[in-house]
Amino acid sequence: MSTPRGVTGSILTSSTDGAAQTATAPFGHALVRAAEKNSRIVGLTADLGKYTDIHVFADRFPSRFFQMGMAEQSLVGCACGLARTGYVPFATTYAVFATRRAYDFIAIGAALGRANVKIIAGLPGLTTGYGGTHQGIEDLALMRSIPNLTVIDPCDATEVAQATQAIADYDGPVYMRLLRGVVPVVLDEKTHRFEIGRAKLLRDGADVAIISTGLMTGRALEAATELAATGVNAAVLHVATIKPFDRESVAALLARFPRVVTAENHVVTGGLGSAVADLAVEAGLKVRLRKVGIPDVFCESGSIPYLVKHYQMGAPDIAAAAREVLR
Amino acid sequence: MNSLSPTADLRQIRQRAHTMRHHVLHMAEIVGQGYVGQGLGIADLLATVYFGELRHDPKNPTWPDRDRFVLSIGHYAIGLYAALAEAGIIPLAELDTYGADGSRLEMSAPETTPGVELTGGSLGHGLTQSVGMALGLRLDGKSARVFNLLSDGECQEGSTWEAAMAGAHHGLENLFAFIDCNNQQADGPPAKVMGLEPLHKKWEAFGWHTQRINGNDPAAILAALAAAKAVPGRPHAIVLDTLMGRGVPLFEQREKNHFIRVAPEEWAVARSQLGEVAS
Repeated sequence: MSTPRGVTGSILTSSTDGAAQTATAPFGHALVRAAEKNSRIVGLTADLGKYTDIHVFADRFPSRFFQMGMAEQSLVGCACGLARTGYVPFATTYAVFATRRAYDFIAIGAALGRANVKIIAGLPGLTTGYGGTHQGIEDLALMRSIPNLTVIDPCDATEVAQATQAIADYDGPVYMRLLRGVVPVVLDEKTHRFEIGRAKLLRDGADVAIISTGLMTGRALEAATELAATGVNAAVLHVATIKPFDRESVAALLARFPRVVTAENHVVTGGLGSAVADLAVEAGLKVRLRKVGIPDVFCESGSIPYLVKHYQMGAPDIAAAAREVLR
Repeated sequence: MNSLSPTADLRQIRQRAHTMRHHVLHMAEIVGQGYVGQGLGIADLLATVYFGELRHDPKNPTWPDRDRFVLSIGHYAIGLYAALAEAGIIPLAELDTYGADGSRLEMSAPETTPGVELTGGSLGHGLTQSVGMALGLRLDGKSARVFNLLSDGECQEGSTWEAAMAGAHHGLENLFAFIDCNNQQADGPPAKVMGLEPLHKKWEAFGWHTQRINGNDPAAILAALAAAKAVPGRPHAIVLDTLMGRGVPLFEQREKNHFIRVAPEEWAVARSQLGEVAS
C-alpha cells in the first residue's frame, strides 16, 4: 500500500504550518478594533469578502463597507476616490488580482498622489494550492518598485493584527500581504512590536544570519532551532517591511555575518533576497548568500505541504541552505 | 459658508467660453503645437460647468464641501487651465508657462496644480476614482457632487465600464459623467479604431440616466444638467457630441487633429478666425 496522496484543498483552507497556537481572521478583527476608534476607516472588496477576512468588518460596520464586484481596477480606483474625500479605505482581494490586474491603479491612483489607500492582498506565495492563477509569487517585486508605496509582508497572526493598526494610523498608500483564516501565532504579542520600516532581530547568533520575511520567518526560527541542535548558532532578522527597506539594520547584520540566507514566500527574483544582495554589493560587503524562495517558475497546484516540500520552501530547506553557506 | 453656486447667465457663459478659447490658442502658440483641438472643442462644456454649475471656492480650491470636477483625460489640461485661470483658481499670467520646464501647468494635468483633483492621463482612471469620491461625499452626508469629464476613446478602457457598473449599483445620484465625443482618438476616428456606437445606449444599458446633446451648445448643456438633477437614485451620463477645434475653422477642418502641429504664421490666422467677441 502506498501512502495516501495529498490533494489540493479548498481555497478557504488555512495554511497553519502545524502551529501549536493559532488565531482566526486576525486582520478582520484588528480592522474592527481600528475602525471602532477611527470612524473614517471604510472597507471594500472585489467579491472576496469572506476569502479575505474583511467580512468581519462588513458584519460590524455594514454602512462603511462597499462591495465592488469582480472588478479590481474599480476596487482600487474607488478606494483612491474615498481616500480623496478623507476616508481611510482598506481594499481586499487576492495578491494576484491586485497586482496583475490593477497595477496601474495602484501605481498612479494610489502611489503617485500618495492617496491614503491600504491594499490588502490575500493568498501570497504558496498559501494556496490553486496553481499559477492564484499564487501571488511575484507581487513583492512588482510593488517594491513603485515609488511612495509601503510594502509589508507580516509573519503571523500577531503581526497581521499589529500591522493592520499601524497602517491604519499611517497616512499614505500601503500594500500588505494577508495571512487569512486560521493563522499561526509565532510572535508573542506581549513582547513583539511591529513598526513600519523596522526589521526586528528575533534571535541573535554567531555563525550565520537568516534574513526572512512573511510566513518564512516562522520557518526561519524553526530552522535556527534545528541548526542549534547540531551546534550551529543562527541569527534571525525578520524584515516585515519590504519597502521602505530597513537598510541600517540589514547592513549592520551583514557586517557581522558574511554568511547569509534569505527566506521569502516569493520568487527569488526581485524580492527580499534581491534587496539584501543589492545592499551587500552597494555597501561593499563580501557576503556568501543563498536565497530560499520560489524558483523562477509558475508553481503547480497541489496540497500546501506537498508544494512547500517540492519547491524547497520549508524549515529544513532553510537549515540546509545555512549549512551550505557555512561550508 | 454660502453654497458658492455660480450665477452666470447664458450670455456670460458664452463669453467665458470665447475668452477660454483665446487662452487655449495663447498656450498652444507658446509651445507651437499640442492638444489645441481638444481645448477649443471642450471650452463650451468647461465654461458651462465652471460658471453655470460647479459650487467651488476659487480662494480655497480644497474646500471640503466643494463639487469636484475630475479630468480623466489629462491631455485636455490646456482646456482645464484656461477654465481654472478664468475662474480665478490659478493666475492668468501663469498660462504663459504651459508646458514649460519646471511649470505647474504640465501638458497632462498633475494633481499638484491647484484645482486639479487627480492625475488623469492614464485613461480609464477618472471614473473609478469619481465613484469613490461620490461614495465618500454621500457617506459624509454632503450635498457636493462629482463631475467627471471623460472621452469617447476612454470608453474603450474596460475600467470605465467597471466603474460605470459600480456607480449604478451604488445608486450614486451625485455622480455626473460627461463623455466628450469628438470622434477622434490617437489612431483616428473611433469607428475605425474600435467602434463605440451607439455609445449613449451603452451608458443607458449600464443603468445610468443618459442624455445625448450638442456639447458645443451651453444652453443644451444647462438644460441637460437641469434634467439630470431631477432624476434621483441613479448616476447621470451626458454624452456630448463636440467639434474638435470649434471656433477656429483652420483647426476644425484639419485632418488628424488629435495632436496638432501648427506653422508659426498660422496662429495669427487662428486668432483672427476666432475673433474678438463671442459669436
